[in-house]
Amino acid sequence: MDMPSPNPVILAKKPRLVERLLQVLPPDAVIHLESETRAYECDALTAYRCPPMAAVLPSTTQEVSDVLRICHEMGVPVVPRGSGTSLAGGALPTADSVILGVARMNAVLETDYENRFVRVQSGRTNLSVTGAVEEYDFFYAPDPSSQLACAIAGNIAMNSGGAHCLKYGVTTNNLMGVTMVLMDGTVVEIGGAHLDSGGLDLLGVICGSEGQLGVVTEATLRILRKPEGARPVLMGFDSNEVAGECVSDIIKAGVLPVAIEFMDRPCIRATEAFAKAGYPDCEALLIVEVEGSDAEIDEQLERIVAIARQHNPVELRESKSADESARIWLGRKSAFGAMGQINDYMCLDGTIPVSQLPFVLRRIGEMSKQYGLDVGNVFHAGDGNMHPLILFDANKPGDLELCEAFGADILRLCVEVGGCLTGEHGVGIEKRDLMVDQFDPDDLDIQMAVKDVFDPKWLLNPAKVFPLQASEARRAA
Amino acid sequence: MKMMTPRTEAELAEMVAGATRRLQIIGGGTRSVADARDTDVLTARGLSGITLYEPGSLTLVAQAGTPVDAIEAALASEGQRLPFEPMDHRGLLGTSGTPTIGGVVGGNVSGPRRIQVGAARDFLLGVRFVDGTGRILKNGGRVMKNVTGYDLVKLMAGSRGRLGVLSEVSFKVLPMPEVAVTLVLPDLDDMAAVQAMSRALGSPYEVTGAAHWPGQGTYLRIEGFAGSVAYRAGKLREMLGGEVEESVERWAAIRDVAPFQSAEGDIWRLSVKPSDAPGLVARAGADEALYDWGGGLVWLRMAPGTDLRSRLGAFNGHATLVRAGADTRARFPMEQPEPPALAALSSGIRARFDPRGIFAAETDMSPLVAS
Repeated sequence: MDMPSPNPVILAKKPRLVERLLQVLPPDAVIHLESETRAYECDALTAYRCPPMAAVLPSTTQEVSDVLRICHEMGVPVVPRGSGTSLAGGALPTADSVILGVARMNAVLETDYENRFVRVQSGRTNLSVTGAVEEYDFFYAPDPSSQLACAIAGNIAMNSGGAHCLKYGVTTNNLMGVTMVLMDGTVVEIGGAHLDSGGLDLLGVICGSEGQLGVVTEATLRILRKPEGARPVLMGFDSNEVAGECVSDIIKAGVLPVAIEFMDRPCIRATEAFAKAGYPDCEALLIVEVEGSDAEIDEQLERIVAIARQHNPVELRESKSADESARIWLGRKSAFGAMGQINDYMCLDGTIPVSQLPFVLRRIGEMSKQYGLDVGNVFHAGDGNMHPLILFDANKPGDLELCEAFGADILRLCVEVGGCLTGEHGVGIEKRDLMVDQFDPDDLDIQMAVKDVFDPKWLLNPAKVFPLQASEARRAA
Repeated sequence: MKMMTPRTEAELAEMVAGATRRLQIIGGGTRSVADARDTDVLTARGLSGITLYEPGSLTLVAQAGTPVDAIEAALASEGQRLPFEPMDHRGLLGTSGTPTIGGVVGGNVSGPRRIQVGAARDFLLGVRFVDGTGRILKNGGRVMKNVTGYDLVKLMAGSRGRLGVLSEVSFKVLPMPEVAVTLVLPDLDDMAAVQAMSRALGSPYEVTGAAHWPGQGTYLRIEGFAGSVAYRAGKLREMLGGEVEESVERWAAIRDVAPFQSAEGDIWRLSVKPSDAPGLVARAGADEALYDWGGGLVWLRMAPGTDLRSRLGAFNGHATLVRAGADTRARFPMEQPEPPALAALSSGIRARFDPRGIFAAETDMSPLVAS
């Protein structure tokens, strides 16, 4: 994965830049010693590292504005960073950039149960947004796996999803407004406690723009009342095809589960060895969760179980208690850890039409043999968002490159069958060069034209999302 | 005025590329003006038909000119529907014509269910469109989770034909409920009604409609499987009183603002923080008001020519002029004016999508003369 070479002219500005940043921020908010900038050299895509020129940790929107104005005036690129949990390299710096971390901005600014929203600073973690409204039994719906650590700023940048988005939607469906600072330091308010835009839906295009259009410092988020309860049912099948048909039949029957999770045999085996959740030894396993009162849950599970029986499940385990629910979820929740126990892995994130599930799983199996690398599949089946985990050995020369090539083939397959490269992790640097497989040059050009409007000098997170070649003229201008 | 009706996406692209006068983009013509002076009109209604429908994937793809009726009929045959309940503007605006799915997207048209499940923009998965230079472009796709590149799908929803001409749209759809009922709360004043709706929407009982028609009643809709609906309606009744009506017929009237249809006056649409709504209605001095979305959406019927925005002063939200006579339209822009920094971003985007300025501006697309 190439990154643009650092610009020596910008590197030479470091002393003056640090001096100016220290005029607008307290000393402990400006990190510029080489021994300390290393802490910001990568995000959760740890295969790629590069310490930034400096990192800043502002505490207010005004400070963010001051930092951006200075960097804008001096022509220094800025890479915004939430909690650094991006799996796509969204917060990977270049040597000539400043990391702008929002971690210190984590306050709750307003909770309004009557109008069902919460306003927070963007460095607040996803789970602690729910933590702030739990007292009154409310929650914030998007639930990425990293929710304990990941920041709302990053969720907005990547339009993060989670296991429960089949029912509740992803970040963009739960984001009502932002306070955002443009690269030149201008502070804008978009949306708020009301619904929908009166003009062009700028909020809609900001969400998922991977920190390339502005730095979000505050967010108004929709909160929902917690359901009375939730319970899963676990079902095992002797083929991926049958499990896929079962998913489709459940959806067609008018039941809308809150989550439908799918694991294939390699993943079930790894998980079983690791977490001993008592999963059946079978080809494909589904966990389907529904919500409501006890009686409502029973009503829905009864329908789901009746559908599952038509597909001759090898196992059918309905949860009757919190304890049983926890056991059913145990294996799914430890799946990534279990795969990591076996070897290093790369986690993909393509989405496919649900109807293509059996075909895609079969093709991935064939490609796994060709590449000689094992794959486990664990994913959100209700919405077709796959997470193939490719196992490789980072210490073996060439294995990472082989794994990346295999991953790229899987993502191209996702696009071929009518899907996309990334369902919830974002493009970052990881899928940047595959964008040409999903989009024509004109499709990319019109997206880049939006960045031209928000950030004419292409200083915000410039080397991400678009293939370097496609964005070269704009970055150089 | 020339009327253009392309039959294919390629023909559409040619027409836009070759246009020499400004174009007003319409679907079935149920919302836009037909009295445009210096513009030609391009309708997408010639691009019609469902391209793909997979009930098991909850996905539907259709050409932009497909009648909404045809889509709803296809979905109903599989027990599914467009979840965001698009309104039909014909009654309110006194228009004829056939609403198209592209028109729904262009206006981000959503009905009462928007408060619970989301707007048209939330269910729109992908678009194909032709920009102002005649390029055929695509964004999003047909899958439910997609963060590949910028989300121009949201930008196109509600853009009212100012960024491009939609040729194809894809949607996430949802199952139709087995049963639907309405809990009717009589005799609440506006403030008490908004509070009751807030309590209902803040309950775990998944209310899919919360509307208040002053003088008539306050309505809560509950949908789902029979046992569940009975349970939730019962719980809400314990909380708020009222009577359960085994019908949801009145929701079409609320969706289409039926109470205002035959009455004179300007029609405005406010999107606000629900608890602000009663105060704003009082400040507006409206002849009539209808609250939807738990108070988050307020329809106002005003004396012709009233400067509603100056009456309201600064507030959190926006006021859209939906129906008015030519004089009023000449005085007030249809959309709430944006603060300068946002207006600069919006016009910058328009300039990139439509560098020749070929798509008619908002002032040319003002709402209809009252019938």
